[in-house]
Amino acid sequence: MLKDITIGQYIARESIIHSLDARMKIILTTILIIALFTINTFNGFGIFSIFILIVILLSKIPFVKVIKGLKPILFLILLTLLIHVFLTKGGTVLWSWRFLSIESEGVYTGFFMVSRIFILILFTSLLTLTTSPLQLTDGIEYVLSPLKRFGVPAAELSMMMTIALRFIPTLLEEAEKIMKAQQARGADFESGNIINRAKSLIPLLVPLFISAFRRADDLALAMESRCYRGGEGRTRLHQLEYRYYDFIALSIVLVLAVTVYFF
Amino acid sequence: MSLIKIDGVDFSYQTDSSERPALQNINLQIEAGDFAVIIGGNGSGKSTLAKLLNVLLVPTNGDIIVDGLNTKNPDNTWKVRQKVGMVFQNPDNQLVASIVEDDVAFGPENLGIPSDQIRQRVDNSLEMVGMAGFQKFAPHKLSGGQKQRVAIAGVIAMEPDCIVLDEPTAMLDPQGRKEVMETIEYLNKEKGITIVHITHFMEEAVAADKVIVMNQGEIIQQGKPRSIFRLVDKLKEVNLDIPVAVEVAEYLRKNDIAVDDILTIDELVNSIC
Amino acid sequence: MLIEVDNVTHIYNDENNVTALKDINLDIDKGEFIGIVGHTGSGKSTLVQLFNGLIIPSSGTVKVNSKNISSEKRNLKETRRHVGLVFQYPEHQLFEESVYKDIAFGPKNLGLDEAEIENRVKEVMELVGLGYSEFKDRSPFNLSGGQQRRVAIAGVLALKPEVLVLDEPSAGLDPQGRKRLADLLKYLYEKLDMTIILISHRMEEIAELASRVIVMHQGKIVLDGSPKEVFANEKKLHKLALDLPQITEILHRLKEKGLNLETEIFSISKASDEIIKALRSH
Repeated sequence: MLKDITIGQYIARESIIHSLDARMKIILTTILIIALFTINTFNGFGIFSIFILIVILLSKIPFVKVIKGLKPILFLILLTLLIHVFLTKGGTVLWSWRFLSIESEGVYTGFFMVSRIFILILFTSLLTLTTSPLQLTDGIEYVLSPLKRFGVPAAELSMMMTIALRFIPTLLEEAEKIMKAQQARGADFESGNIINRAKSLIPLLVPLFISAFRRADDLALAMESRCYRGGEGRTRLHQLEYRYYDFIALSIVLVLAVTVYFF
Repeated sequence: MSLIKIDGVDFSYQTDSSERPALQNINLQIEAGDFAVIIGGNGSGKSTLAKLLNVLLVPTNGDIIVDGLNTKNPDNTWKVRQKVGMVFQNPDNQLVASIVEDDVAFGPENLGIPSDQIRQRVDNSLEMVGMAGFQKFAPHKLSGGQKQRVAIAGVIAMEPDCIVLDEPTAMLDPQGRKEVMETIEYLNKEKGITIVHITHFMEEAVAADKVIVMNQGEIIQQGKPRSIFRLVDKLKEVNLDIPVAVEVAEYLRKNDIAVDDILTIDELVNSIC
Repeated sequence: MLIEVDNVTHIYNDENNVTALKDINLDIDKGEFIGIVGHTGSGKSTLVQLFNGLIIPSSGTVKVNSKNISSEKRNLKETRRHVGLVFQYPEHQLFEESVYKDIAFGPKNLGLDEAEIENRVKEVMELVGLGYSEFKDRSPFNLSGGQQRRVAIAGVLALKPEVLVLDEPSAGLDPQGRKRLADLLKYLYEKLDMTIILISHRMEEIAELASRVIVMHQGKIVLDGSPKEVFANEKKLHKLALDLPQITEILHRLKEKGLNLETEIFSISKASDEIIKALRSH
């Protein structure tokens, strides 16, 4: 069912990781990702893996849930591995058959890249697993706000994300309703080849778009009547506040980032 | 001085090719503390009037003065919108945030109210509409009546003098309609907030101080509910729903049975027995 | 028997696992006009979606024309030809560029030939009161709300179903629009012998049109009978916070006050005559 698609993958828990300031978590994740790309040896990855393990334990998020989040990118990882294993040449030839060959350099680079992607995904999914979409939106707005000077509409971007979060469930529900109504008129969304299936989506998509535009119109009016004039001069209900453990976390991450660089 | 003074207002939509303007020669005064109900069928111009009060539209001719501020003056736009809050028909399309408290906070945030005061306003407003304890709920998990009450709370949080409700009950089930009507009446009677309630359900006009009947862009009648409800034939002519008790009363009168000017079933029963 | 529902329970398979229907048993005969009332969430909409296989029950069986539709997923298309379903705000499902094409969508899905499709579109447009030549080429999106709804209803009628199910078809319509809809339903029921199932919050509508009323509460059928029988259960309905038709409420109240009158009259003029009669003999 369409409704079952969840947005983001936030899992609410009472943990030190959850209670870190959203802005700080975004900054920390960014630092860690940058550090990740300075790593040249597997030792660095080892250290990061241990670090991730500790964070998962602290966050009280079941290990299985974290692994599940990796599933959608499994294909990407496999592909990366295969490309490097077969196409990167150098070192000793380990195996060859006609024009195909596997050489040691390829295997090394392949696993190196895969490790990097794994850890990258783990960092970002830990961020979304432990930060509610709402906090995340607020966080992004604050982190981007220095860029306002260069014309980045940080407040508006976060407003857009807020509205998207609000309306995705509504539109999914609506899609399901329209789908049923068209099925009741004999529409078939399930059989036929790809072209037919794509065509069969028209009776779903047209009403859905019309409704989305109508909602957008209504919403714009409602926002205007509630005095929305863009981000300028707005205050917020939720003030983000740094606390001491945010800075402890920052220190740990900085030390870690430097350490992996020298390993 | 009236809170809202509508003086000789015409309005035409620029994109509309039809000759008849959406509103024609509207004159109306709403006093502070009033519970005014505007009734009218589809296309009577009642929603257009609502949008004029909130400066979502500006009159083509004539003036609308809200608490001394002319809506035509662009400098007044935001002040008027703060004074006259607006609730719309579709409960799904006016909530902005994915959490109830964030939605109620939206208006005060736009007004630049400090955070701690917003928190207070949010909690108070939700309490006033009977939605205390729903702060962390997602709007799409609420019933229609609840969503509409959250929308009302969002307006109250801006501390307006007047709330204009544009057919807030049209898309609700009987339960939701009742919740919303009780909320509106409470806000008017207990909290002294001026209400302009727009509807096509006549029975929602029973408790009004003033009823305004619109048809084809004009006000065709205004007065106390009792005098308006007597005009059964005229109201039917403009495609309005007559409450059954009122219709029965009129039928009895036509058959020479004396019945008072009644509004509700209770009054009808007491009048004839 | 046209529709047979046996021991049906339905639990929605989502995060809340709501039990929408509990142990429902229901038989619907050809030629009945059934009104279903109940609060939002009482299971009405789930129930009617069983009838054409849009929802397959968690347990129990649903038979249409003696065919079990809760097991064989294959023949759903066939079932949908028998049971037409008009959803709430059906105008939201319009998508074609012309009224003709939109109404023809259903018949086309049934695999009918062009000539037959055209016949049907013509027929149903006249039925719902939209002149064929005047409206067939117009975009449905430029029509008024009431007209759009009639196009949507025509789109379901064009399937020529034996049973027509309508979920709150009068929501948002003005008195004129409601009258037109009531006349259409009467015509389909009386003249075309269609079986009709109508969900509505308007007790007036149900009392006026239905030959049988089903009251649902928390996933169960709590009352089932003729309008007279069902609306005689004043206390039970009030306990469920459901309204009586207003005219019935008035008659009941007057009777309590000692007027000697018949309370099972649903037409306002006839009921008023009854009140006059009672008052004069009082």
